[in-house]
Amino acid sequence: MVMKKLINDPKNVVNDAVAGFEAAHGDIVRISHDPVYIVRNDAPVQGKVGIVSGGGSGHEPLHGGFVGYGMLDAAVPGAVFTSPTPDPILAATQAVDGGAGVLHIVKNYTGDVLNFETAADLASAEGIDVRAVIINDDVAVKDSLYTAGRRGVAGTVLVEKITGAAAERGDDLDAVVTVAEKVNSRVRTMGVALTPCVVPHAGEPSFVLADDEIEIGIGIHGEPGRERIKLEPADAIVDRLLGPILEDLPFVSGDEVLLFVNGMGGTPQIELYIVFRRAAEVLKEKGITVTRSLVGNYTTSLEMAGTSISVLKLDDELTGLWDAPVQTAALRWGR
Amino acid sequence: MTLNDQPDSVFADAAPTLDTAWTVRWIRRSAEVLAANRAALNTLDREIGDGDHGENMDRGFQAILPKLDALPDETTPGAVLKLVATTLISTVGGAAGPLYGTAFLKASGAVGDAEWVDAAALVSLLAAARDGIVLRGKADEGDKTMIDAWTPAVNAALSAQAAGTGVDVVLLAAADAAARGAQATEPLVARKGRASYLGERAIGHRDPGSQSTSLLLRAAFDVLATA
Repeated sequence: MVMKKLINDPKNVVNDAVAGFEAAHGDIVRISHDPVYIVRNDAPVQGKVGIVSGGGSGHEPLHGGFVGYGMLDAAVPGAVFTSPTPDPILAATQAVDGGAGVLHIVKNYTGDVLNFETAADLASAEGIDVRAVIINDDVAVKDSLYTAGRRGVAGTVLVEKITGAAAERGDDLDAVVTVAEKVNSRVRTMGVALTPCVVPHAGEPSFVLADDEIEIGIGIHGEPGRERIKLEPADAIVDRLLGPILEDLPFVSGDEVLLFVNGMGGTPQIELYIVFRRAAEVLKEKGITVTRSLVGNYTTSLEMAGTSISVLKLDDELTGLWDAPVQTAALRWGR
Repeated sequence: MTLNDQPDSVFADAAPTLDTAWTVRWIRRSAEVLAANRAALNTLDREIGDGDHGENMDRGFQAILPKLDALPDETTPGAVLKLVATTLISTVGGAAGPLYGTAFLKASGAVGDAEWVDAAALVSLLAAARDGIVLRGKADEGDKTMIDAWTPAVNAALSAQAAGTGVDVVLLAAADAAARGAQATEPLVARKGRASYLGERAIGHRDPGSQSTSLLLRAAFDVLATA
């Protein structure tokens, strides 16, 4: 596979993109370039719990696209598919501390967890009250002693939106942590890759799929999941993803849910709606009502083709927080 | 005991001294070796991880080099190791940054302000590094991680030191055991890190962290001969 990308020097991919983000969204965010982090332009908001997330780049709009009113206070982008180091996480934590403490929202990948833990230790030593919630919504991975545990994938977007709304309405740190853990405990995700992606500085695909193969249960860096199978019609693939999701929580008849069909970066919106159609149909057959929805490329793996389906069990509190105003580069409603 | 009556040296004359100069040579050689193995480590990592271990380690050790040049003349092995630790923590990223950073930080603490490291202190240095990695990464031996190189290295070093050998023999024992440990990760299923998502598909591939550990410990021995 030839690498054909709209980049300059592969080493400057993240810096160039962050500079563009700053130029485009200066009304919402400001940028620290050394160390690199993105922060909402009115930070720190006095008396409000600050929310920081971050991780390797290449998943845009996660996380920088979700910085702004009603969602994240700061995002820390690492190198492509590589966790940021503790220093920028610490700097971002300091930049958003408005005296009410700071929550780190961390996807469950070993590197992210270790670097955020180290940063939290340093921030605590400086007197900042820091808590972390580890997101692990991916049902493709068996959660057991024999793995690093379930990965944090697209459900992270839902945690960030709803937790951000809780912080914005004035919840204290304990309450914000409770909301984040509640969302994480009620959301399940599973994904599929149709093609691999190419990390710019590596210059070659992160894994290989034959022309007629797909990988079920993919993570957001192309790490494998459950199995590799021949390409099937969209409806059959949706059934393979949705089955493990529904039986895991489990979701049952009478539930009200948010259905989130996420694109991995290389799949067009028209195909995501074909996926949504079947997923909604299956949920309806099972007596589960889709009361909120999200469709689009929100947690990507560079140019990987594929999708993930997330289902979040709602209640009145979560629905209200989902509907609350948000003003970020990638999600904006209500104000 | 003077250096001249240290027993069982692999060198014809006296066993070498592990002083600040040795520590600096070790780190410089590590940077060279990691740069030379950058692509190979990336390839190992691409097979069972995310393909950037060589990239990240090379970036971290290259960042140390200018800081070594700027070290004051009167410094200690512990101070050099601490400089390595803080640089790796702030430049490597991924899982390897905090893990190796913690290892060098604990190693630095183990040798304290000493001007040189004897065989017993060398064993303490290696054990402290290993314990730091276990503390952060929570991996056990057999999980297919860098611990599978570190723990055999610590055990071999301890045996060699208990037998009364010099620092050179202790280091050689550690490097050889780490190399065997790295090789022994190949048939394992991973239980920590990104490779754990692969299940049995990780079998047949060497853990990249165990390989970089093996390279680092080999470099520590190799620079003895160039004193």
